[in-house]
This record gives sequence, C-alpha cells and structure tokens, in this order.
Amino acid sequence: MKTLYDKLWESHVVTDHGDGTALLYIDRQMLHEVSSPAGFAGLRGRGEVMRGPASHLAVADHAVPTRHRESPIADPQAKAQVELLERNVADFGVRYIPMRDARHGIVHVIGPEQGFTQPGMTLVCGDSHTSTHGAFGALAFGIGASECECVMATQALRQTRARNLRVDVTGRLAGGVAAKDMILAIVGQLGAAGAVGHAIEYTGEAIRGMSMAERMTVCNMSIEAGARTGLIAPDDTTFAWLEGRPMAPAGAAWQQALAYWRTLASDADAVFDRVVRIDAARIAPQVTWGTSPDQVLPIDGSVPDPLSQPDEAAARKVARALAYMGLRPRTALQSVPITHAFIGSCTNGRIEDLRAAAEVLRGRRKAEGVTAIAVPGSGSVKRQAEDEGLDRIFLAAGFEWRDAGCSLCVAMNDDRLPAGARCASTSNRNFEGRQGAGARTHLMSPASVAASALAGHLADVREQVQS
Amino acid sequence: MTPFGVLTAIAAPMPDADIDTDIIFPARFLLLTDKRGLGRCAFFEKRFTPDGAERPEFVLNRAPWRDAQILVAGPNFGCGSSREQAPWALGDLGIRCIVAPGFGEIFQANCYANGILPVVLPAAAHGRVLREAEAGRPITVDLMGCSIELAAGEPTEPAGESIAFEVPSRQRDALLAGLDEIGLIRQQEGTRIAEFERRHRERMPWLFTDLNFN
Repeated sequence: MKTLYDKLWESHVVTDHGDGTALLYIDRQMLHEVSSPAGFAGLRGRGEVMRGPASHLAVADHAVPTRHRESPIADPQAKAQVELLERNVADFGVRYIPMRDARHGIVHVIGPEQGFTQPGMTLVCGDSHTSTHGAFGALAFGIGASECECVMATQALRQTRARNLRVDVTGRLAGGVAAKDMILAIVGQLGAAGAVGHAIEYTGEAIRGMSMAERMTVCNMSIEAGARTGLIAPDDTTFAWLEGRPMAPAGAAWQQALAYWRTLASDADAVFDRVVRIDAARIAPQVTWGTSPDQVLPIDGSVPDPLSQPDEAAARKVARALAYMGLRPRTALQSVPITHAFIGSCTNGRIEDLRAAAEVLRGRRKAEGVTAIAVPGSGSVKRQAEDEGLDRIFLAAGFEWRDAGCSLCVAMNDDRLPAGARCASTSNRNFEGRQGAGARTHLMSPASVAASALAGHLADVREQVQS
Repeated sequence: MTPFGVLTAIAAPMPDADIDTDIIFPARFLLLTDKRGLGRCAFFEKRFTPDGAERPEFVLNRAPWRDAQILVAGPNFGCGSSREQAPWALGDLGIRCIVAPGFGEIFQANCYANGILPVVLPAAAHGRVLREAEAGRPITVDLMGCSIELAAGEPTEPAGESIAFEVPSRQRDALLAGLDEIGLIRQQEGTRIAEFERRHRERMPWLFTDLNFN
C-alpha cells in the first residue's frame, strides 16, 4: 500500500502536525562552504553547540580551484570562505575532508563514495542537487541555509509531505544514449515546474538495469523538474555498490541494515498521485537549446521558433531564451559552434562518465578553438581514472585534466566562462550566467560533450562512434 | 525575524516565467559569507551593466518601482539553486512579499524563514494584481485577513477589490508573530526529538555507530 517515499517519510516523523506537515528527524547532513556559514554564525551567536556533530560531513567544493592545488587558494574571497568552513568545523567538531585529502570532491559524489549516504535515511544538504542521494533510496533533499542551521541545532526539520509521482521508464536505452539523455528528456516532458510539490520515484526496466552512477545522474536532476526529491528503490545493485565503503555498516550491522533496506521498495499495490510513462528506447541524445533545463530537444532537432508557440507566454519565453543564447529560430542544433567543452559536476563527474567521454575521445583531438576541460567529481574518481589511463586519453585529445570540484557547473570559482562563450556541458543547469555572466550553456551527456568537442559544434555522438 | 502584518506598498511587475535563483543572486557573489548587505547583488546582471551602471530598462531601476516592497512575479519564481542568498538579497532590497502563480519550493521555504511572504495566486487573480503592479499603484497585502486589497483605479475595475489567498497556518502564525523556527522547535519539540531518537537508534542502530573516517 505504501510507496518508498511514504515509508521513508513515516519512519522519520517526530511529530505529525495533522496539516500535511511534520517535524522530521534528520539522520545526516552534508555541509559545504556556501550554505553553512550562516548556520554556524547562528549557533555561535546564541552560544549553542551542534546537537549531533557526528551526523555531519563537511567539504569545500563550490569555491575551490581545480588546478594549482599545491599553492594557497589565489582568490582572496574563496580562500576566506574555505578557511571560514575550516574554522567552523574545527570549533563545532564536524568531520571535514580538506581540499588536499585524497577523498576530497563534490559533496554529492563523496557522500555516496564514502558510504555516508545509505538507503532508508534522511539526508539533507544546503544544495538543491542533494536529490542525487535518492538514487540509494534515501530521503534526500536540498534545503536553505536557515534549514541547515535548524538541523545543526535540533537534528530535525519541519517539512510538507510531498505527493507521489512515479516516472516509469520502460524498455532500454539505445546505443549512444546515456542516463543524462534520459533525465533531460524526462525534465523536458515534465517541465521545469512540472514536479513541484512531488517526490519522484523512478521505476521500470530501464532504471533497474542502471548502474549506481547512472541512477545518481537521473536523481540529481529531479530538481530541474521542480522536485526536491528523486528516488530509486534500493536493490542488489545498490547493496553491492555500498558494501565495503568506508562509512557503510559492516559485519552484523550490515546484515541488519540490509534486511531493513530490502523492505523499502514501494509495495506492489502502492498508489501514486501521478504516473508518467516514458519509453527509453525512443530517447535520442538530448541537448538543451535555452536557459532552462526543460528547454531541451533531440540532437537532430532545430532551435524552436517563437512564432510557432501555442500562446504568447510560451512565445515570450522562447524569445527570451534565444536572445540570451544568441540563437536564431529553426537553426539545426548540430550546426551550432561551441567555444568550450566541460565534463564534470555532481551530475556527470563519476568514473563511468569519464569512461564514456574517453571512449569517444580515444585517439582523437578536439577541434581548433575549443577549450575543453575534464574535472573528476572526486579525488578518488581522479585516481581511478588515472589508473585506467583515462587522463592520458583526455590530455591527448587536448582536454585539460583537473582536480575535483564543482568547477564550471557554478561560476563562483576560478573556472568561469567569458560573456559570449558557448559551452557543451555535462552539468545540470543552463541558466543565464550559470557558467559566467553572459556565457551560454548547452547541457548534454559526457559522450555527447566529447563528440561536440571533437566536432567543434554540437554533435550527435552516434555519428562519431560509427565513423 | 520581523513580524509581517499588513503591508501597503508599490509592487514591481516581473512576469517572466522561471526566474531562477542564479538570476536573483548570481553565483559569483556566493563567495560572500555575510548574509547582510546583499541587496546590491540582487538581479545584478539584469540591474547593472558590466561596468556597474544601472540598466534603465530594469523595473527596479525605474520609478515608482524603485521603492517596491512587493514583487509580482511569474510562474516558478525562485526555481533552481537552494541559495538562501536570494531571499536575503531581496529582503535587503526591502522586498517583503512576492506574489506569483507558483514558486521553486526551496526558495519558497527560504522566504518564510526570512520574513518574506510568498503568495500563490491562480492565473486570473494573479493577472489582476499584475495589472495593478504595472500601473504603479500601491497594493495592500493583509496577512491577518489573508487578502490583497486593490485600490480603486481604472473605472472599469470595481473599487476596493479584495483578492483572497491561502497560506499554511503554521507559516502564517510564524510570520505574523515573527517567530524563530529553531527556538520554537527546541522549546516545543526538544523532548519529542530525544524520544524519537532513542527509538530510532533501537530500530536502526547502524545509523548511530561511529563512522570510519580514517
């Protein structure tokens, strides 16, 4: 009778207020340098301690540079922000992974990697892409800085219960089509506000057959459809991936946890408020053309025309996006030249993503005039990629090979694009200014970005692989 | 938190859909670690040219909307990033209320946490309020009565029109009294949280073992 979301919610209700809201117990919180300063300042101002520092894990990922790591951080603001986090975690006794630690990386990559993220728990972070952790069957959602402070102080949060939205993906993805293409197609179908107020559970054959990396890519972008939470029922793929991770339970505790985790999947007769069905086999490689992640089309499509929109509001929205993107209506997407290519982020910074890009790049070189960077999601990912020789493939293809961080997914570190630059990017947001004021972003899969870097324009990876 | 009761103010029209929090608060300013004084960063790219001059076409740079304390926004306002710098910056600009057909959820929660009232209105009522904003006439938002009062304006509009809205009672009470959520939870729920934690620890002991961090 119950969905996965229902079970996660109900197992964490401290007080049901009877009006659709409840006080929820929060098992874990991840902290980074951008959303945590106010919370620590609040605690300090009231002379309080953190209620459960052991349930926290902190890392600096947004502001950190992805090269010249041997030197102090050059940007004085970024340096001050990271140092503030380091002071705060020291003062309040929070576990912290420093920038030069081998385990350092993007919060949504290292939480799972370290086994900090586990099925059945509530996990929050002052970061909207916290939905990533839902790939493990954890109730994970992004929160604001005030809510971060509330969890620091009370280990609890008042929340409104979401409605259940099932996105059922039948069939299997075609060759050259990735998890990123699937979630872009889903966001395109739902719309940027289509899942507001809902927790999405992704189900179906295509999801069951996915690796954990692919599942994280899908759940990561749930927020781009407006859902704070994206879930996938934990299964043997999940458990095999987690077992033996440093912070995962071990021995008898693992067996006990496993028995519980196996009860979490939505019941066969669970009722969802909404169901959306998508045929995986019909999804082509996707690329965004606008300034919202739902403004997305198959790579063989053309830029929409404001004149052929159903109403004035839609026409204005398209026109506004095209004006920013510097695109003319009806232009073939594959004819759009790029200046930059970015592979990385919490969406696509895992080893599987780097392998997919490297497979396209192997033995080839990027087009003249394209600046291309590959940024592993964590130090562990970087090390593994180097063990597999992927760094040499990227470097030979003319990519820069960086250290881990959010990098070009958020224009607040050293990696920023100039106005007018056009980037094929594996990140999650094509918002105005997201990669730098006036810069333009086209969201794609890692393989598609690699293909575009080789071609010098937005490209169909299926043709690159065949040629 | 400053209590919210009745607010009469100019409302700035900002009807585009999907104004995300990167537009409201561009990422490069996230390096600032003080939540105060962020108003100068709000809508930076829309408000200012790269050399810092005001863009005259931007609504908050024009009279009478320069003094707006209310925004009448479009669908899905505040979507995207969870950055609370967005409502901090809007609050610092003097914005106390945002009326929209819908909000990004995290942004909406962040507004409540900062004494900013997010009002969701259906299309027709939203259109009516938007026209008042565009006309530059002040509107009155009454949280006590949960209504927006429109002054008599064009002869075709009925005088003294009142538009009702709904706000969850808990958030309404908190805004009216200017209550602090953390203080409330500690005071009212502290014992219950401790009791829950004890039961939770029995059910899921693996969540409470020392984490291997070395």
